[in-house]
Amino acid sequence: MRVRRVIDETKLILIGIPVALWTLLPIYHMFLFSISPKESAFAGKLWPDHPTLSNFSKVFREQHHFLNFFWSQLGSSVIIAFATGALTLIVATGAAFAISRLRVKGGRLVMNLALATYFIPAAFLAVPMYKAMGSYGLLDTRTALILAMVTLASPYAIWVLKQASDKLPIELDEAAIMDGASALQLLRLVYLPLMLPSLVAIGTYAVLLAWNEYLYAFLLMSNEKEITLAVALGHFLSADDSPWELLMATGFIYALPPAAIYYAFKKYMVSGLTAGAVKS
Amino acid sequence: MLYPVGYGFYLARSPQSYVKLFHDPVFGQAVLNTLLFITVVVNVKFAMALFLSGFFVHERRWIRFLAVLFILPWAVPSIPTILSFRFMLNPEWGIVNSLIFKFTHADGPNWLNDRWIAFSMAGLVHIWKSLPFWTLILVTGRLAIPRDQYEAAAVDGATRWQQFRWITWPSIRNLYLTCTIISMIWTLGDFNSIYLLTGGGPSDLTHVLATLGIRYLRLDQVDMAMATIVVAMPLVLPLVYFMVRRLSKGPDE
Repeated sequence: MRVRRVIDETKLILIGIPVALWTLLPIYHMFLFSISPKESAFAGKLWPDHPTLSNFSKVFREQHHFLNFFWSQLGSSVIIAFATGALTLIVATGAAFAISRLRVKGGRLVMNLALATYFIPAAFLAVPMYKAMGSYGLLDTRTALILAMVTLASPYAIWVLKQASDKLPIELDEAAIMDGASALQLLRLVYLPLMLPSLVAIGTYAVLLAWNEYLYAFLLMSNEKEITLAVALGHFLSADDSPWELLMATGFIYALPPAAIYYAFKKYMVSGLTAGAVKS
Repeated sequence: MLYPVGYGFYLARSPQSYVKLFHDPVFGQAVLNTLLFITVVVNVKFAMALFLSGFFVHERRWIRFLAVLFILPWAVPSIPTILSFRFMLNPEWGIVNSLIFKFTHADGPNWLNDRWIAFSMAGLVHIWKSLPFWTLILVTGRLAIPRDQYEAAAVDGATRWQQFRWITWPSIRNLYLTCTIISMIWTLGDFNSIYLLTGGGPSDLTHVLATLGIRYLRLDQVDMAMATIVVAMPLVLPLVYFMVRRLSKGPDE
């Protein structure tokens, strides 16, 4: 039996090592570039001879023409992410509350439509969205991107919140209404506190979705001061002599907040967001 | 949400744009690439996810730690990591070819300049990014299987393969199928892995329908862009319909 155990453990380790390498390689490569001085970045070494933080300080001081608006672009990303998060929460909570608790007619149809639009890949909606924003005269504004991202985030948000609120016992509502609560009081005093974990999950989902978005951001905005960091990173590709080490440093800064948010809210994310997918 | 969909069909009403589209040689290649992406790439990804979910259910402290790291590709935004892949694959100074040269003294391939290698690399990037999510879901599915079933099977002398075949697979088959279909739909819309890695090149040979639509838009051919998207709908809509039917049923039905 003991030999068998050793063999089993060895097998696990033999799987684990390639998994770790495969997962970390591109991320480590990005980190490696961002701490390498310009000359040695291309040497193909696994650890630079003289690791440095000067790339980061160059990014923070906007010392390259690709980085002229770094702070303003970072701000843009932050504004758009949080505005999307807040608006999505408002829209989705309202819709889910109306469908699940107030039992508005046609709720089931709205749910199915929401689900269907959630599954249609965003890349296919980009062109009509672009034309629609153009006809409203919103192109090249942050508003356009925020509205687009709320549109993309809402269907899923509504669906998850509706699933979660269906699980709350209806007796709670009945008791509150017996005590003379209005629909708004029901929402504020009974519903929202009980839904908090799902609301956190959905808020996080919308913030991350907006922060990470590339396609819509680059279609809908072009003013260099207002584009998001994601688009700014894409701009580095346009030139052959791009400063890759600065790009990787910027990319590293850009990747940190969502990773941190993800791990901080992982508990909510996993329970709230996989519930729907795993159930069937 | 309905408005952009309806407006899209309105924009794509001219039959001429479809004729033009079908005559564009790039289009045929993009359709082929798209089909390869949602069949080959998605199935390879799910075979890996199924295998790795079996690995991650083992209760070891280091495996739990590895699981936290393993989710990183999913947690970080795709742009920086895809660009990182792109630099790794640079034929002149990328780390992959540097290592190949170091060990074999031969020049590595020109990764992103050959259509099939470039396309496979895009598939690889796609798998790298989305594998953790699906593996995690399958792990959740496997953990929901009652432990005593395995114990009983072990007492009866069932081999690992038999345990998988008769206990694990029947329990997670539905989940596996649902996830595969969702993943196919999302993979149809995977714009980033192709656009940021190969840009559709070399000479527009690695486009998929999602990137082709955007390419036409960038060339100011909105009618062609919309026609591309409408052509993709016969692939998307049945899958979407199937999923909605499946998910809008309650858990008990």
